[in-house]
Amino acid sequence: MSTATLSPTAPTITIQADPKISLRGHLRHTGALIRRNLLWIKQDPESMMDAVLMPIIFTLLFVYVFGGSIGQALGGGQAAYVQYVIPGMIAMMSMNIAQGVGTGFNEDFNKGIMDRFRSLPIGRGSVLIAKISVELVRLLVAVTIQMVVALLVGFDIHGHWGGLLGAIGLTALFGSAIMWIFLVLGVTMKNAQSVQAMGFLVMMPLQFGSSIFAPTNSMPGWLENFTKYNPMSALADASRGLMTGGPIGHGLTVTLAWTAGLTLVMAPVAIRKFTKKA
Amino acid sequence: MTRTDKNPESGRPVAVSVRGLVKHFGETKALDGVDLDVHEGTVLGVLGPNGAGKTTLVRCLSTLITPDAGQAVVAGYDVVRQPRQLRRVIGLTGQYASVDEKLSGRENLYLIGRLLDLSRKEARSRADALLERFSLTDAATRPARTYSGGMRRRLDLAASMIGRPHVLYLDEPTTGLDPRTRNEVWAEVTGMVRDGVTVLLTTQYMEEAEQLASELTVIDRGRVIANGGIDELKAKVGGRTLRIRPADPRELRPLADALEERRLAGAGAVIDPESGEVLVPVVSDDQLTAAVGAVTARGITIGSISVELPSLDEVFLSLTGQKASAPQQAARELEEVAV
Repeated sequence: MSTATLSPTAPTITIQADPKISLRGHLRHTGALIRRNLLWIKQDPESMMDAVLMPIIFTLLFVYVFGGSIGQALGGGQAAYVQYVIPGMIAMMSMNIAQGVGTGFNEDFNKGIMDRFRSLPIGRGSVLIAKISVELVRLLVAVTIQMVVALLVGFDIHGHWGGLLGAIGLTALFGSAIMWIFLVLGVTMKNAQSVQAMGFLVMMPLQFGSSIFAPTNSMPGWLENFTKYNPMSALADASRGLMTGGPIGHGLTVTLAWTAGLTLVMAPVAIRKFTKKA
Repeated sequence: MTRTDKNPESGRPVAVSVRGLVKHFGETKALDGVDLDVHEGTVLGVLGPNGAGKTTLVRCLSTLITPDAGQAVVAGYDVVRQPRQLRRVIGLTGQYASVDEKLSGRENLYLIGRLLDLSRKEARSRADALLERFSLTDAATRPARTYSGGMRRRLDLAASMIGRPHVLYLDEPTTGLDPRTRNEVWAEVTGMVRDGVTVLLTTQYMEEAEQLASELTVIDRGRVIANGGIDELKAKVGGRTLRIRPADPRELRPLADALEERRLAGAGAVIDPESGEVLVPVVSDDQLTAAVGAVTARGITIGSISVELPSLDEVFLSLTGQKASAPQQAARELEEVAV
């Protein structure tokens, strides 16, 4: 064998620790990747369809299909239901939009581009943070359209504009936290379809088993208990309080706790899975 | 073996040094103790069939996966301990074009430039220069998904060159390309090597290795089964097969005799009655020329002539010694005569 061409031992090298990437470097990388994801939207405006149409369709469906009867139970007909459901739907957008992040990310992974990114000297989180940033832009578009439709179907903000901004901010914050979960799903699962199916399974009970669409006091005891611990209820309640001048304390605390908890646990998991993905 | 002295490449400094590299995926030993060196400014061909561990090797050397054992040093940086510094000096073109299909060619290159910490202005001018160099200027603003297979591969190569890498990994760069596009990619790679880039090329094709590489490492099931200079390995595996068909089929026998007489083929001149050709194993270009000379000296008109490289299968069979086909045995005898 001609292994004789190899020097007997590896060359001795002095190992200098890898330099840390500067904050400016991180910002530059994340910015470049955000630009990439925004260019996608420009290239393919249809990808914004869900963010644009979902709030319109959901609002019209819920207000006109369920609004009359649930509103009656609330003691005020459809107008009362509009006041009840709109803040809840703002909260709901956090999850609906967040779900898309996993699907898109998974598709990205099945192409070679992720290998290129991972072979570049950039921070491991940059790719994920850029993805989340762009999804937050989509979330803001969805929420804005949601509010326009809400005002058209008769939602009365009663001057709680500051509260509205607060509710949107809280939704975005919580949305970014659950995006980490969907990113983990996106990295872990084999294809985009399974990510979507899995996302749907997680989303449905959390959305409907909450105080988003209807008050929980008429639900059976076990379900009412579930809604109490469901972060979607907390976010919907906080958002309702902020936008209609009601109580916000409990909902706000629970939402912030969930946001912090989810981010602290899921962000490192997502980044680690992303880095280690073979 | 003493070929170290004969091989001019081994005098150069080592750009990639791999020792005892091991990577297991569950039960599968994708890399089972690989040793290899790539010398500065040369192309090392890593030849092996599907599943030999070629891609795993490239992924370890580009920090995409962490080896289980062994050491790999690229341009002075350790793959495990200095991944970030290492990523700065390598370029990677994988089996699948790793470009963003939705972005234009220029945006793709600009993005990579920014991720490599070029300023906006530098990133823009570097992108334009590389588009020019890889003949993509006309398609610069079109989304990459509209590119042909060859254009995509060229964009991929351009993306690998943004950071002016010391070492470039090409993982089966022409798999799935038609022959014309393959030649284009080869020309680009040759150009990059001329500029001084060190290349580690994985391939399944002997022909590709011969075109691009100066040294070859043959791997199978995660192990190196042979390495050395291309010519030497070619000699070892029987080199090429020359096929000559006389213009007049009746001259088939005289043609074979002419080759025998000049002791070019020893017992190796084989008549293939089906194709009406004489098959002769040749190891060097000199032998090729001599063979043709012998035929024309006899006044035999040649109808057609072609040279075949050994297939990867043949390379493997002769290197592992499991089974050798007739022409290769003939070649070995010829080698003895030649030496």
